[in-house]
Amino acid sequence: MDTLNNLFLIIAAAIRGLFADPHSVWADITMDVVAFLAVIIIIVLAALVLILLERKVAGWTSQRPGPNRLGPRGWFQTIADALKLMGKEDVTPANADRLIFKVAPMIMFSLPLMTLAVIPYGKGMSPIDLDLGIFYFLAISALSTLALLMAGWGSNNKYSLLGGMRAVAQMISYEIPLIFSLLGVVMLTESLSLTKIVEAQGVVPFIVLQPLAFVIYIIAGIAEVNRAPFDLVEADQEVVAGPFTEYTGLRWGLFFLGEYGNMTAVSALAATVFLGGWQGPAILPGWIWFWLKTGLVIFFMMWVRWTFPRMRIDHLMHFAWKWLLPLSILNILLTGLGIYIYQLIPRIGG
Amino acid sequence: MAVERTEELVLNMGPQHPSMHGVFRMVVHLEGEVVTKIDPKIGYLHRGIEKLAESRTYPQFIPYTDRLDYLSSPHNNLAYVLAVEKLMGVEIPERAEYLRVIFAELARIASHQVMIGSTALDIAGWTAWSYCFRDRERILDMYEMTAGSRLTVNNMRIGGISNDPPPGFWDALKSFLDDIPEMIEEYYGIFFGNEITMGRMKSVGILPKELAENLSITGPVIRSSGVNYDVRKADPYGIYDRFDFDVPVLHGCDSYDRTLIRLLEIKESAKIIKQAMRDIPEGPVMAKIPKVIKPPVGEVYHRVENPKGELGFYIVSDGTTKPARLHIKSPTFVNMQMLPLISLGWKIQDVIAIFATIDAVLGEVDK
Repeated sequence: MDTLNNLFLIIAAAIRGLFADPHSVWADITMDVVAFLAVIIIIVLAALVLILLERKVAGWTSQRPGPNRLGPRGWFQTIADALKLMGKEDVTPANADRLIFKVAPMIMFSLPLMTLAVIPYGKGMSPIDLDLGIFYFLAISALSTLALLMAGWGSNNKYSLLGGMRAVAQMISYEIPLIFSLLGVVMLTESLSLTKIVEAQGVVPFIVLQPLAFVIYIIAGIAEVNRAPFDLVEADQEVVAGPFTEYTGLRWGLFFLGEYGNMTAVSALAATVFLGGWQGPAILPGWIWFWLKTGLVIFFMMWVRWTFPRMRIDHLMHFAWKWLLPLSILNILLTGLGIYIYQLIPRIGG
Repeated sequence: MAVERTEELVLNMGPQHPSMHGVFRMVVHLEGEVVTKIDPKIGYLHRGIEKLAESRTYPQFIPYTDRLDYLSSPHNNLAYVLAVEKLMGVEIPERAEYLRVIFAELARIASHQVMIGSTALDIAGWTAWSYCFRDRERILDMYEMTAGSRLTVNNMRIGGISNDPPPGFWDALKSFLDDIPEMIEEYYGIFFGNEITMGRMKSVGILPKELAENLSITGPVIRSSGVNYDVRKADPYGIYDRFDFDVPVLHGCDSYDRTLIRLLEIKESAKIIKQAMRDIPEGPVMAKIPKVIKPPVGEVYHRVENPKGELGFYIVSDGTTKPARLHIKSPTFVNMQMLPLISLGWKIQDVIAIFATIDAVLGEVDK
């Protein structure tokens, strides 16, 4: 069990051991490259599984089988889709702002690469262990607004522009409750490091201490990754595909990959901060616990997506500013009060 | 120095747009997300059906009527054959009358299921849509049993109905009717009772009673604006006066009520079919009519209550085998007038929902 638990650490140590001096600069650079590749593999695998899962969940909720033709139970469907996307012609609209148009999908794809790099997948298994983990994560994930706005503006299409503008309005509004909901946890652990936050959840996960914050985080997180009922950005009934309208082939595929990567990242952060990350009964290795919890959050997001209709843009903004924001501030207040009382108890007793 | 410039965004939605039903096109003028003007463009599906009628014999024209409102083809057949029968003065057998009512009401249920489903889809309720279409499938199966086709049923004939349904039809019909309360509960649970749906559709797109009357809007749309007008009650045709059913009337005048009324009408239609199943006599399904149909010289107008409103056929006969002139009064063509009038000032998302509640079928609008 111990071997299994530390499987990836052992592999990492073995790679480092190949060098004559395991602590040389070259060894460090190699390890960074390995970590980078690992994150890419995580995103691609996640997208591969999630796209199929999404379509299966959609099928189950609407009482149909979902994709079931390609491979056993349709498991190869995503691969076929990816191959199809590669075969598509890459079209750039004549009046597009070419540079912005082409850079936008790359930015979108690079964001989950950067955010997923700081998540602790197991004990000591952060690809990059940052002391400012949460701060870094939020700062990077906020940038996806930029990618969507660039795509919306660069396409020179009215639908894209409307979608891009919606992206800005929506994502910036939901960014604030998202950050505030995480502050409660930061106050409890007195640290912004994701590793420390997971270690602090050895006994009880923070969902028990911060239930309100968890609910706010999940709602704002769904809005943050533009999924129904907050998928106004790419609302196909209104703005066709929003910022993605003009994209074809692999560029569109990069957006798609980025979206699923972002969804994985937001769910992974939920699992890390609220559900105890890799902490769990020793019957399973820590990294499996981590992915189970992440998977649970992802499944919940899909379930919500296929059940609810889409909100209207003004209701969406009201919901963020009039409900989520005050509630998240209330949560900070309650947490502060709780910590104050908790610190007061030994003084009264002694 | 940079000059600040704002301008209205003119957005062309359709004829190829994910939320346009059929090939409707509207040019929307936007101030941000708010609609300031709508310019509906119709005619992309114009096939000249009225003109085609002049070069077809009376029975030959029945299949063309299927292509008007293709979501409830039995109603179009019914309206047309009733008009021709009125012109000829034909009496049709009792059993055929009952079968016509059963098919017409089944079509009403199917059409309303499509309407509820596609309205749900237009506000992104994917699952509600697939529930509605799953249940509609059973009606299409029943059509297939009887007439052989699933969408363009074409089983009404001048003088009766094409054939008696096979024995399996009655079992399928009975089990379908038994499941209707469950279906309605399911639609309500996944769509109508949802908080987001209510937020999206309640008090959106108000169609005041006066405006509805002035625009001569008919069908569920006017009944949800508080006007009790249903051709089945106001001017009963066929044997509708023998059945005990209510006409649901709602007073909300908004998108939500325009959708909800369809759910209530499904219930009433089921009630009518149940009574028809109970009372249906044995006997022939076709009257004795001449081989070559030559109605006397004259003109006739006959109207029926289509799932979307009042559908009328106006036929001028010159005593030959072909109509001299045929005009169709199609309900959604008339109901469409309300769209540019009531959607001003709403967000673009609301206009999509308002358009969905008209339940327009472009085959009927463009003819």
